[in-house]
Amino acid sequence: MKVAFNRKDLLSIRELAAEEILTILDTVESFKQISTRDIKKVPTLRGKTVINLFFEASTRTRTSFEIAAKRMSADSINISASNSSVSKGETLIDTARNLEAMAPDAIVIRHPSAGVPQQLSGMVGASIINAGDGAHEHPTQALLDAYTIRERKGSLDGLQVAIIGDISHSRVARSNTHLLTKLGCHVRIAGPRTLIPPDYEKLAGDSEGSLTVCDHIDDAISGSDVVMMLRIQRERMNEAFFPSIKEYSIQYGLTLKRLALAAPDCIVLHPGPVNRGVEISSEVVDSSRSLILDQVANGVAVRMAILFLLVERNVA
Amino acid sequence: MKLLIAGGRIIDPGQGIDKVADLLIQDGRVSAIGSGLSTSDAEIFEARGLIISPGFIDLHVHLREPGEEYKETIRSGAAAAVAGGFTSICAMPNTDPVNDNASVTRFIVDKAREAALARVYPIGAITRGSAGVELAEMAEMKEAGAVAVSDDGRPVMNSQVMRHAMEYARDHGLVVVDHCQDLDLAAGGAMHEGRYSTLLGLKGMNGAAEETQVARDIMLAGVTGARVHIAHISTAGSVELVRRAKQEGMSVTCEVTPHHLALTDAAVEGFDTNTKMSPPLRSEEDRAALIEGVRDGTIDAIATDHAPHHMDEKMLEYDHAPFGVVGLETALGVVLTTLYHSGLVELSRIVEMLTARPARAFSLPGGNLSVGSDADVTIFDPSLEWTVDPRQFKSKSRNTPFAGWPLRGAVVATFVAGRAVLRQ
Repeated sequence: MKVAFNRKDLLSIRELAAEEILTILDTVESFKQISTRDIKKVPTLRGKTVINLFFEASTRTRTSFEIAAKRMSADSINISASNSSVSKGETLIDTARNLEAMAPDAIVIRHPSAGVPQQLSGMVGASIINAGDGAHEHPTQALLDAYTIRERKGSLDGLQVAIIGDISHSRVARSNTHLLTKLGCHVRIAGPRTLIPPDYEKLAGDSEGSLTVCDHIDDAISGSDVVMMLRIQRERMNEAFFPSIKEYSIQYGLTLKRLALAAPDCIVLHPGPVNRGVEISSEVVDSSRSLILDQVANGVAVRMAILFLLVERNVA
Repeated sequence: MKLLIAGGRIIDPGQGIDKVADLLIQDGRVSAIGSGLSTSDAEIFEARGLIISPGFIDLHVHLREPGEEYKETIRSGAAAAVAGGFTSICAMPNTDPVNDNASVTRFIVDKAREAALARVYPIGAITRGSAGVELAEMAEMKEAGAVAVSDDGRPVMNSQVMRHAMEYARDHGLVVVDHCQDLDLAAGGAMHEGRYSTLLGLKGMNGAAEETQVARDIMLAGVTGARVHIAHISTAGSVELVRRAKQEGMSVTCEVTPHHLALTDAAVEGFDTNTKMSPPLRSEEDRAALIEGVRDGTIDAIATDHAPHHMDEKMLEYDHAPFGVVGLETALGVVLTTLYHSGLVELSRIVEMLTARPARAFSLPGGNLSVGSDADVTIFDPSLEWTVDPRQFKSKSRNTPFAGWPLRGAVVATFVAGRAVLRQ
């Protein structure tokens, strides 16, 4: 049977044990088929309130959470704030108290500053779900990636996974590194050295899997079962991280030729939105190797499972 | 008026004294140290089991007045100082307006005199407005009471300006204090760059951002012959640079804060903004090197970098919260708990770094209990156990990383010129 999952919040993958991650992935299974029905709605969270609080632009993740809440019959409210609380002169404690006054059951938060979900979690009674905080973590993205890989490969244990691109600014890379190594994957990192943070290889700690930072992208991709590409922000060019988009795409972009170095049944993931022709070529995006749209579809089921596990934790 | 502090262990490293004895104070001055001193007409302070030390000297505090009195005033800062056993504190110039001219210096001196708690020695700015371009009026500030110059917090990046500042300060007998930080290398950083910044996704400040400037200042000290003091040294590399400079006989001194001796970047996990300061909490290897620098004498002084901020300002996103923590009222307890009770450092070394050596670094009066000198005395119980409760602080601000910490070692009484300014 499933291991109990009894947490108030989902703040990071790092805090989860491998068993808890597997429990979440197993729970996703039962929610995935709801989205394939004619009537895509179950009454599980009827009468519950979910606030989507986004301090950073997001279409995909916010929509995914919103659809997930609606398919569970929860009432979901979107609050978008283009700027952080600091520019409005509101402290975190005021943000927290105002939210608490609306008596939500869960708050989904995305914020450009690392740590905000954790800071808020101690101040409010509602479940906090981290939908991405700065360059810290994006746990539901890692969970949907893991679910997508497991769906295709059966198990994560022992898989070779390459994560390529701007690791420094990527919460997706961090959450995936934690999750994949906890579940026994051998993770290889590559990208310009300017965009790989110091001591990255220590992130894995004493987990089941392994973590290696490669000097060259081809070393990371060779023999991989999964290649995960990260979005490169054009603005990084202006901060002297790399010389040009052209050089980046030649040196670090995923092409069919480069993908040929990977295992024959290698799959390709990307958290989106994709820069076609920059970090990944159109041929790869549109190939049968690419599971980018499966990731999006699975994202809804993963978020349904998370809402269920957190909000119904005392009932389940 | 006579006061006899009786039966305590007098530790006065400046005079090489460490013995159980009586200390006689008469008319605000040290009158005698010895056993069985005449007590007929003296008030007695029973000090058996306590340490009698020269009044502590803190080379690095921020008093926020003028300009940010809601964080701290000269009076509240001086009250926090004496509560922590500090009888002399040196106030950094980054107030509003900046202490870059004699009228601001005089204002600070006057306010401190009115408060009549700790002695407050202003540190003047190196450059006008601490903008790093034109020299501030150092000589006039010195005449008004400034003991050193610094653009702390807004370090002078232009090396030619720094060279001129050193040459000019040397002419006027002022120490140049530098918060060593390459502002480009450290730009946008919220914590030390290393394993934990990677883990937490916070922008890091590499240790080299400090070390390159320490190296520059040492080289410029060699060029100019100025007395240079490196503020809040925080990395292993900086300790090694200062160690070598001292071996070469250069007039370079440095200080370390209690929080850099007690904490590492691991404390940032949890995103408590009271762990955010500049320089940031460093790695365990750096902390070990700082302790070694204390043990071998490379580091001259323990200084708090007391930096009050209002709770509303600290309760922000980690990357937006201001740098700085208060430290005056926890310094002794933190240092004794971390260094002395752990068996790493002798008590006399710690007292020396709070008294004689900071006095020498800035050529301040005090720092020892020589007969005839002003009786600035700190009496503390090295083993008294207490728990840090920020609500009890005399400081106006509560931004400490040590809230709830059990500490050993507390101040019992503080005397300035023989007058009890604190008595627990």
